[in-house]
Amino acid sequence: MTTTAATPVFYLTEEEHHEPGGFTNLGFWIYLMSDCLIFAVLFATYGVLGASLAGGPGPRDLFDLSLVALNTTMLLLSSITYGFAMLAMHRMDQKETIKWLAITGLFGAAFIAIELYEFRHLIHEGAGPWRSGFLSAFFALVGTHGLHVSFGILWLIVSIVQVRAKGLIPANQRRLTCLSLFWHFLDVVWIGVFTFVYLMGVLR
Amino acid sequence: MKLRRSLLCTLPVMALLGGCDMVVLNPSGYVAAQQRDVLVTSTLLMLLIIIPVMGLTAFFAWRYKASRKARYDPDWHHSTSLELIIWAAPLMIIICLGGLTWVSTHMLDPFRPLEHIGERRPVPADAKPLEVDVVALDWKWLFIYPEYGIATVNDAAAPVDRPIHFKITSQSVMNAFYVPALAGMLYAMPGMESQVHAVMNYPGEYDGFSSNYSGAGFSHMRFKFHGLEPRDFVAWIGAARASGRTLDRAEYLALAEPSENVPPSSYAAVEPDLFDRVVGRCVEQGRMCAGEMAWLDGQGGTGLAGTVNLLPAPDQASAPFGATPFHVAELCAPLPDTETRRDSLALLTPLTPAPSGASDQTF
Amino acid sequence: MAIEQHIPTTFLFGRLTWEAFPIHEPILVATFAGVVLGGLALLGAITYFRLWGFLWKEWFTSVDHKKIGIMYIVLGIVMLLRGFADAVMMRLQQALAFNGSEGYLPAHHYDQVFTAHGVIMIFFVAMPLVTGFMNFVMPLQIGARDVAFPFLNNFSFWMTVGGAVITMVSLFVGEYAQTGWLAYPPLSGIANSPYVGVDYYIWGLQVAGVGTTLSGINLIVTIIKMRCPGMTMMRMPIFTWTALCSNILIVAAFPVFTALLVLLALDRYVGTNFFTADNGGNPMMYVNLVWIWGHPEVYILILPAFGIFSEVTSTFSGKRLFGYSSMVYATVCITVLSYIVWLHHFFTMGSGASVNSFFGITTMIISIPTGAKLFNWLFTMFRGRIRYEPPMMWTVAFMLTFTIGGMTGVLLAVPPADFVLHNSLFLIAHFHNVIIGGVVFGLFAGIQFWFPKAFGFKLEPFWGKVSFWCWLTGYWLAFTPLYVLGLMGVTRRMRVFDDPSLQIWFLIAAIGAGVIACGIAAFLIQIGVSILRRDQLRDTTGDPWDGRTLEWATSSPPPAYNFAFTPVVREIDAWWDMKSAGYVRPTSGFIPIHMPKNTPAGMILAGLAVVCGLALVWYIWWLAALSFLGLIGYAIWHTFNYNRDYHIPATQVTATEDARGQLLAGRA
Repeated sequence: MTTTAATPVFYLTEEEHHEPGGFTNLGFWIYLMSDCLIFAVLFATYGVLGASLAGGPGPRDLFDLSLVALNTTMLLLSSITYGFAMLAMHRMDQKETIKWLAITGLFGAAFIAIELYEFRHLIHEGAGPWRSGFLSAFFALVGTHGLHVSFGILWLIVSIVQVRAKGLIPANQRRLTCLSLFWHFLDVVWIGVFTFVYLMGVLR
Repeated sequence: MKLRRSLLCTLPVMALLGGCDMVVLNPSGYVAAQQRDVLVTSTLLMLLIIIPVMGLTAFFAWRYKASRKARYDPDWHHSTSLELIIWAAPLMIIICLGGLTWVSTHMLDPFRPLEHIGERRPVPADAKPLEVDVVALDWKWLFIYPEYGIATVNDAAAPVDRPIHFKITSQSVMNAFYVPALAGMLYAMPGMESQVHAVMNYPGEYDGFSSNYSGAGFSHMRFKFHGLEPRDFVAWIGAARASGRTLDRAEYLALAEPSENVPPSSYAAVEPDLFDRVVGRCVEQGRMCAGEMAWLDGQGGTGLAGTVNLLPAPDQASAPFGATPFHVAELCAPLPDTETRRDSLALLTPLTPAPSGASDQTF
Repeated sequence: MAIEQHIPTTFLFGRLTWEAFPIHEPILVATFAGVVLGGLALLGAITYFRLWGFLWKEWFTSVDHKKIGIMYIVLGIVMLLRGFADAVMMRLQQALAFNGSEGYLPAHHYDQVFTAHGVIMIFFVAMPLVTGFMNFVMPLQIGARDVAFPFLNNFSFWMTVGGAVITMVSLFVGEYAQTGWLAYPPLSGIANSPYVGVDYYIWGLQVAGVGTTLSGINLIVTIIKMRCPGMTMMRMPIFTWTALCSNILIVAAFPVFTALLVLLALDRYVGTNFFTADNGGNPMMYVNLVWIWGHPEVYILILPAFGIFSEVTSTFSGKRLFGYSSMVYATVCITVLSYIVWLHHFFTMGSGASVNSFFGITTMIISIPTGAKLFNWLFTMFRGRIRYEPPMMWTVAFMLTFTIGGMTGVLLAVPPADFVLHNSLFLIAHFHNVIIGGVVFGLFAGIQFWFPKAFGFKLEPFWGKVSFWCWLTGYWLAFTPLYVLGLMGVTRRMRVFDDPSLQIWFLIAAIGAGVIACGIAAFLIQIGVSILRRDQLRDTTGDPWDGRTLEWATSSPPPAYNFAFTPVVREIDAWWDMKSAGYVRPTSGFIPIHMPKNTPAGMILAGLAVVCGLALVWYIWWLAALSFLGLIGYAIWHTFNYNRDYHIPATQVTATEDARGQLLAGRA
């Protein structure tokens, strides 16, 4: 089908080439923003209930800042190592990518382990999520973040398997990019948790 | 055609309306009357634009019907001046309405004590408002008259032209306290105290009810509100006193058990701090009151000791993964009020006039 | 019914016992029998006509946005029957329960009915219908082949179905919530509602909500990324604009609801204290959060309806929409403003006067862009040539009805007026006035308008007009009395009344509900009659209404790939422009078209989510854990499938397009 200059163009005769990654990245960004809203609600809830101790223990009695500092370090390091994994991916170095992904997963697992230890300790002391509005909000916020990280670790494992099986094909690269966004996003959320919940809780 | 039809339809409606009692448009208390005035003024203000719009719609719908072959201008789709009017006209109305809203909302804020008991009738300088404490129970209303030391269930009264100050709370779930003839509604919420200032201008018997759904017995959660001449009000109080019964904490807890269709009844005497305890959620023996809790929380909580000061609450349903239901226990023996409690706590704690944050007290 | 505090549970069945099946309630048994018989008849018919393979291959596993859109609309219509049955039951109860009569519904039953009515009408009627239209129409309007994430679209649809299934199961197993449609705590907490009702509410809406959020993300990306060349933002059809804003609202509001339901679930399952009255909880926080979601939600529903009215008005007036850009700005204004008005749903909670008046005034401000929209439609009709086909009739009726609803809405936004009208039947009348007069009328206009596009034949107009007049008169008969009752100080959700003077109004309202029932019946008859007479009603042109936007450029029904060649747009009302500039349909040179493959994954995942939800409702922990692991496992397994698309060969495209060419030639 040809069109002359006189008649206007009404349609393309070539198939338009859509870069599928472009869709996925934008879609994933929007998903992250919706997830961000979930965290916003949980932060707001903590803001409202954070001082409702119901005559029970408060942040200063419960939080162990050195443990949280260790925890935070784990998560921050995992973000850096994920960065290395992405650099390796852009070099198309499959072995390096997998190595750094695995290290990221280990740091993530350490973070989760420390968090679980903290939760267990709190519940053991009688400061479970049911004790007060403050503790409910604390467990919900930190727990939701922890669930996200756990899900991220699962995704990491799946990605490692997929990269080993299929190599760094565009589909896998796209997935690793999304996971990267997800992982760094959780890091940013954690900075908020660390500041507003732990630091301000203890210093207040 | 459409317009005429709808006009015709409204004729029998108008006839019916004449026969019914629109209490919201024809109230008997000054607050409700002012709220009605706001309602009517806003409606009239909006009709300024609503009527032309509906008229134009009907007219254009009729005029430009294809078969009528009116002027057809398929490319006319923009006119700056017209669009300016389109946006400006509703804007003007909303500016007026917004002003009305701002002023009337502040003037008629239910928490604001009355300045007038009627049109150009200021509250007399020596008038003390009638205090009425209202508790929404499952599913009936409790009214406490602290000034007279009586309480009534599903029955309320006030002398005409005397300002009334309602303090409203709820025992278990959300309700709303509403006497349409008297004043607008306000939510009754557990652990919260809301307030309504109102005045009743005409003697009579008026309907009151919960206007927020609260469970199975909600439909029967109704009472009569009596506007009485001062003399009759005294008699009404006297009748309540004659019942001889006392509303103490145990009696209150029995009353608070869910029940429906409760007939009016009264109590001759009421335990003095009962209403505060209901608001503080500490009617049950040994429970810590919300005020004390808030004070302790403000001090940074009770430390790990706060994980053991719990009373089991066996009558509450428990969550499958939760701890057994519990209440927070009072710290020591019951104390009469917060002031003395604060003093005795000060004895227990190192007396640092708390730069809030530095009080790491233990008990 | 006394509140049972300690429900025994067993490992295998949780708290599911024989008592959960309401065999002693005749109404439910009869309904159940009806549903079973009807269901068996339907299944039998499908088996008899050997339709299972067809349904599975062509519909259930389809990732085609048009088919998914149609399935959404079918879901909405089916659920409308359930939601409307609830409405009729309420109207009957309220018309009967006078003079000491308790009516025919006990509180336990009646309270479920009004809760279910609200939930079903919003989440499983209005939402699927609106999402269905956005799915079906929007990609066609922007000249795209499908949505951005076709598989996700199928998954979203089945999650919505899953939520509806969970909600429907509650009718016959256990009970539904008795809390009102927003389940305010403490009433919805474990202490006051210990049995399964609220849990059905939570999990039904949580499952559906996931689908809605994902579909919102999907459609936003579609609109942003997949518009055909030349279609700049300011050339998008108004329906696409409203779809964009509506989906932005979905993505920005539904996560709040998701988080809120999680917190309510934690209160009920873990015994936390978010919304309890004791131990540091705060029920008012729930009310705030639920309306931070809930207010945008009503705009999620009404904006696409506004879009439909815009398309219909300009098409049937034979004119370009008056004030396109002010229409767009008005839509965007409404989108933004809808976030800062939530508090007007509870002025009577007792926030300070300044807070109340702030939210009251922001609410009024929304009426400015809405008013501007109304004027735009009005001046589109001005100097037009209006054809009164059913879609246009719905539109004019909307303009007259909605104006009243808008006015009463602004009235309720004035706090002092709200103090005397809040929670009254006046409020009920108001929001039905805008939801029926706005959303429902819009959806019916849309069904009448786009049905020929979806199925290739028009809907029969006579029954369409019967349905229209029944709905219109039925609406006014049913809800004008509620305005009056509200002014008489009658509050909502009442089951029995003592004042006999109210009864006449409830009787009129019940008659109105009956007339609406006729409207629904006439609509179903219309569909049946149209299917029988489809040959007379056939539309071979693909453009039965002399349309203006791109969906009318392709055949009816459109081929799987929508457009053989991607259109190029030069103007607002692209198809109108193409027609007037001498567009000639391409007949050769077709190339293979890249399309996504069908997959059963969405249905399987949603099925597992339903099992998980029901297991959580009944405390059957092993099943909940198993189905959740299955869900995750299957999702992971699905990601190992890299082979998700295929090409429609050029020969097949040529064959399809030639067939259409013959059809068009045959007509000419």
